[in-house]
Amino acid sequence: MSPKTLYDKIWDAHVAHEAEDGTCLLYIDRHLVHEVTSPQAFEGLRMAGRNVRAPDKTIAVPDHNVPTTEDRVNGIDNEESRIQVEALDKNAKDFGIHYYPVSDIRQGIVHIVGPEQGWTLPGMTVVCGDSHTATHGAFGALAHGIGTSEVEHVLATQTLIQKKSKNMKVEITGKLQPGVTAKDITLAVIGETGTAGGTGYVIEYCGEAIRDLSMEGRMTVCNMAIEGGARAGLIAPDETTFEYVKGRPHAPKGAQWEAALDWWKTLYTDEGAHFDKVVTIRGEDIQPVVTWGTSPEDVLPITATVPHPEDFEGGKIEAAKRAIDYMGLTPGQKLTDIEIDTVFIGSCTNGRIEDLRAVADVVKGKKVKDGMRAMIVPGSGLVRAQAEEEGLADIFKEAGFEWRLAGCSMCLAMNPDQLAPEERCAATSNRNFEGRQGYKGRTHLVSPAMAAAAALTGKLTDVRELK
Amino acid sequence: MDKFQKLTGIAAPMPLVNIDTDMIIPKVFLKTIKRSGLGVNLFDEMRYDREGNELPDFVLNKPQYRSTEILVAGDNFGCGSSREHAPWAIADFGIRCVISTSFADIFFNNCFKNGILPIVLSQEQVDILMQDAEKGENARMTVDLEAQEITTSDGEVIKFEVDAFKKHCLLNGLDDIGLTMEKVGAIDSFEAQAAQSRPWV
Repeated sequence: MSPKTLYDKIWDAHVAHEAEDGTCLLYIDRHLVHEVTSPQAFEGLRMAGRNVRAPDKTIAVPDHNVPTTEDRVNGIDNEESRIQVEALDKNAKDFGIHYYPVSDIRQGIVHIVGPEQGWTLPGMTVVCGDSHTATHGAFGALAHGIGTSEVEHVLATQTLIQKKSKNMKVEITGKLQPGVTAKDITLAVIGETGTAGGTGYVIEYCGEAIRDLSMEGRMTVCNMAIEGGARAGLIAPDETTFEYVKGRPHAPKGAQWEAALDWWKTLYTDEGAHFDKVVTIRGEDIQPVVTWGTSPEDVLPITATVPHPEDFEGGKIEAAKRAIDYMGLTPGQKLTDIEIDTVFIGSCTNGRIEDLRAVADVVKGKKVKDGMRAMIVPGSGLVRAQAEEEGLADIFKEAGFEWRLAGCSMCLAMNPDQLAPEERCAATSNRNFEGRQGYKGRTHLVSPAMAAAAALTGKLTDVRELK
Repeated sequence: MDKFQKLTGIAAPMPLVNIDTDMIIPKVFLKTIKRSGLGVNLFDEMRYDREGNELPDFVLNKPQYRSTEILVAGDNFGCGSSREHAPWAIADFGIRCVISTSFADIFFNNCFKNGILPIVLSQEQVDILMQDAEKGENARMTVDLEAQEITTSDGEVIKFEVDAFKKHCLLNGLDDIGLTMEKVGAIDSFEAQAAQSRPWV
């Protein structure tokens, strides 16, 4: 038998039908659903008189629209947001799918809730009407975002019409330097490959620096595979994975656990398997990074300066001009001289407990700079509870951070948490697109530790230099 | 789904690279629970000022491009969020074909579900079409899906590739779910076998 990649193995285990031209029906093990990209899909089912084929494999949670302030127990003020969340409440009930409503402590960002509850397991296919579904690839699950028509297709048939992507390997060798995190790895990779570098591929991340990461860190890396254009990101499961999964509410138990483990241990890329594209980065070379522009590929080490548009080629010259103008920067300006107004810590990229611990390490006993809006939004109600139990929440509040309830919040600003025009934010989220965090808002993507450092100084800051 | 067979219409140039789905349809318009009516908000933040007045420099606001049906765009069009609101807005505006050197994967798939044909060409070919599109309303291109050919306003013909299954569905306006339902037997047997081999799923 010819050697296979991890992606090949998971793909092969899920092909329910293959047509002559290679178009496949890929069976879906887990379908995650949120309120923004699902109402039209459920409506489509109703109009066609169809049911959800596998409600026991379908999990819904509202996250994008929900306010993250304590007063949300009184309901959602914004009428359209309220209607969307109410539609999900009703659809979950009518179609009998698993549901974590706003009032449930397990509610949170769909990509944090799935792994936390043990819905996401190695070797699975996982989809959601959300591009950051790539997150679940950290478990060695083939996970990717889909559009609403495909949400409806999966609800009705538990399959997706797919053609196989190509294999790409991203290897991070060696050890990371102090102050460098999973977020810096994933941004550095996009800086290297560009936002279209992964288009047509599924990426497998490997190498010592990836192996050394916790599950939280691995989820951060895979989360942004989509920002590099890839359909999905994968990391082969290992003891770190099994340790994280074991005992979670929906993880297998007893004899089933043993059987699952036997299979999961076969989920790695065989020696000699073919990759269509390979990128290798030395872990030692990765610095704490920050984005300067309006695309996640606009990445530089914090020690660098704002680039000149003429440093680029082709269509990127105009894009860089536009980005520098939009961001209100000057070519040649030191990145550490950029003053910020807002710090946002949270999102499916960096809203897990380890991220909050990293922030607490930096801000413990210190104060957020005067006049700064600094907000920490845990990724789920359970992350919030754990942070409170570990004393992190007290550290945050004493430092002057707002301590919020779980949701997507200012990552995409569909709820009331938004930037005002020209406000500048250091954010642990995943997209620095124009208008992403609010109309004309300016976003610099950073790691949680770097966001924490920026909150203390009021400027983009090299966390390694912080006294 | 609307069929796509042959289209002759005005093409608008948008050479900017990395046009993301937040630009195509900003998040404030994702709160709808319907698919229709988004065309007026297509490219909203590039197209209008805060008071809702049209920005005259934006391509689709120029008189010669108001009835655009084809978009010629910079590399990596449709990157970012999976929101199908992006192709819904494009189709609702009246654009049925987008041409670029590359598209983001999810957006590309979403187009085919909504009667929109995304076409990938080389940089040289896109440059030719971009120049043609710059001519404005005189530049009526023809996109023939059956023949897999684009004809410029000067009569130059450019061939393009398209996945055979997706072409078939688009030409005939076929509904994916209906097609998959015909293979329900294969899904049933896969599910039964998976329940044996991976019972924990």
